[in-house]
Amino acid sequence: MSMSENLDAAKLKVRDLRLSFGDKEVLKGISMDIPEKEIVALIGPSGCGKSTLLRAINRMHDLVPIARVSGEIFLDGKNIYDKELDVVDIRRRIGMVFQKPNPFPKSIAENVAYGLKIAGGTSGKNLQDVIKTSLEGAALWDEVKDSLDKSGLALSGGQQQRLCIARAIAVKPEIILMDEPTSALDPISANKVEKLMLELKKDYTIIVVTHNMQQAQRVADRTAFMYLGEVIEYRPTRELFESPIHDLTKNYISGDFG
Amino acid sequence: MRKAKQWIGINLMLVFTLIVAAFLGIVVYDLLYKGSSVISFEFVFDFPRNGNTEGGIWPATVGTALVTLITALFSIPLGVGAAVYLNEYAKENWMTQLIRASIRNLAGVPSIIYGLFGVAIFVNGLGFGASVLAAGMTLGLLTLPYIITTSEEALKTVPDSYREGALALGATKWQAIRTNVLPNAVPGILTGAILGLSRAAGETAPILFTGALYYLRYLPQSVFDPFMVLPYHLYILSTQHHAMEEVRPLAYGTALVLISLILLLNISAFILRYRFRKAQMR
Ligand SMILES: Nc1ncnc2c1ncn2[C@@H]1O[C@H](COP(=O)(O)OP(=O)(O)OP(=O)(O)O)[C@@H](O)[C@H]1O
Ligand SMILES: [Mg+2]
Repeated sequence: MSMSENLDAAKLKVRDLRLSFGDKEVLKGISMDIPEKEIVALIGPSGCGKSTLLRAINRMHDLVPIARVSGEIFLDGKNIYDKELDVVDIRRRIGMVFQKPNPFPKSIAENVAYGLKIAGGTSGKNLQDVIKTSLEGAALWDEVKDSLDKSGLALSGGQQQRLCIARAIAVKPEIILMDEPTSALDPISANKVEKLMLELKKDYTIIVVTHNMQQAQRVADRTAFMYLGEVIEYRPTRELFESPIHDLTKNYISGDFG
Repeated sequence: MRKAKQWIGINLMLVFTLIVAAFLGIVVYDLLYKGSSVISFEFVFDFPRNGNTEGGIWPATVGTALVTLITALFSIPLGVGAAVYLNEYAKENWMTQLIRASIRNLAGVPSIIYGLFGVAIFVNGLGFGASVLAAGMTLGLLTLPYIITTSEEALKTVPDSYREGALALGATKWQAIRTNVLPNAVPGILTGAILGLSRAAGETAPILFTGALYYLRYLPQSVFDPFMVLPYHLYILSTQHHAMEEVRPLAYGTALVLISLILLLNISAFILRYRFRKAQMR
C-alpha cells in the first residue's frame, strides 16, 4: 500500500480489524488510514465485506448478537471499541447514510431535527436555523422550503436520500459513512448526490461504498479495493485506476468479474 | 382445464367466506328482530326492578365498561412492555424460547381456570375482595397473552431501517424504540388490544367468582365494589331466571346492547388507527 502526505494525522485508523458472524469470518484483518476531509471509496465484488466494514466504523454490529469484532478503530487516536467510550457519542460523531433511503415517517422538519431533539437542549429558533442550514447543506432546501411539514416519505427517492444526508449533517458529525448512497437513485438524482459529496468534503470526512467505478473516480481521493474480506489495494484513486498493482484489482476495475 | 380449476377454487372460497359472513348476519338479524322492541331509553339507562323482570340494565352496562377499562389499564401497558422486551431486547436463547412458549400456552388455558386463579390471587391473596378491580385484573391476565403476541407481531412489522436510522443519529436504544419503533407499531398494537378487550368484555367464567353479581340496585362506588356485567346478566336471564320465558325479550335486548358496545369499541379503534396513520403520513 502506498501511503502519502497527511496520513500521519489520519482521522480514522483501522488496525487489524477482524469480524465474524458466527464461525464465518467476513473481515480478515483490515488496516487502513482515512485522512481528514477526504473522500475514501470502498469498491469490490458483492459480499466482500464493504458494508460490514462500514458498519463496523460506527458500531452498528453491536445490534447483531452473532457478530464478533477484534482489532481496533482509532478515531482521533481513541479506540472506538474501547469499553470506556460511549457508543452513542461515537455514532453522533460518525454519521451514516444507508443504501436504501430511510426517512422516518415524520415530517421533513422532524426528520432533520431528529438527531438534535434526542440529544436534547436545542430550542425553537436555533432548531429552525439548523433545519434550514442542514437542508441547504444537502442541496434540498429550495425544493422543500415550502413543505417542511409534509411527510419525508412523500419525497422522491433522490430527495429522500438528500433528506437522509441533511439529517446526518444536522448533528454535525465528523465522519459520514455512505453505503451505496446513489444505487437506488436515477442518474440525475445520483449526480446531485455526487456533487453534494464533493461539497461536503470541505467540512467532513467521507467513506463511501460504491459499485460504480466512474463514481469512485469522480468523487474519491483514495480508493480501497476489497476482496473476500481483505483490503487488496488502497491508494490514491487515480493511481489505483491507472496503474493497479494487483491482478485482482486489475481484473475487477476492467470488469472481468464482480 | 387449469382455468376451470382456478375458477372452482376461487368460487369455493367465496362461498366459504359468504357462509361465515352469513352466520354473523343471522346472529345480528336475530338479535335485532327479537331484541329491538325492548330497547328504549329506560332499558339502557335504568336500574333493574322486580328481580330483573322489569326496568333496565344500566348497572350491567356501566359494570362492563368499568371492568373492561380496568382490564385495558392492566393488560395493555404490561403486554406491550413484555412485547417490547421480547422483540427488542431479549437475546434469542432457551429462556426466551421458554417464555414465548409459555405465553402461547397461556392463551390456550380455559377461561374458568383464570377465574379460579383470580379468586386465589386477587380476591383473596391481595385482598381486593370480589370487586371491579379483581375481575378487571383477572380478565387482564386472560387478555395478556393475546396482547403480547399481537404487539410483538406489530413490532416485527416496523422495518429495521427505522431502528438503525435512529441509532446512526446517536439515539440510545430506548430512544429509538420510543420515538421510531413504538409509534409505528401503534396501529397494529391497537388492533390486537381491541380484539383482545372485545373478547374479555364478553367473558363470563373469569368474573363469575371475582365480583360479578346478578342483581344490583346501585352502581359500584369504587373499584373495590362488586358489580353487574352484561354477559353474566344475559346468562342469568336466559338460563337461571325463575321466569325465563317472560324475560326472554330482555335477554335479547341485553345481547344487543353488549354487541353494540363491542362494535363501538371496534369503531373507535378504527378511528384511532386512521387518525394515527394520517398524523404520520400527512
Ligand atoms: N448480519 C449478518 N449475519 C450473517 N452474515 C452476514 C450479516 N451481514 C453480512 N453477512 C455476510 O457477510 C458477508 C459480507 O457482507 P457485506 O454486506 O459486507 O458485503 P458487501 O461487500 O457490502 O456486498 P454488496 O456489494 O452486495 O453490498 C456476506 O457473505 C454476508 O452474507
Ligand atoms: Mg453492501
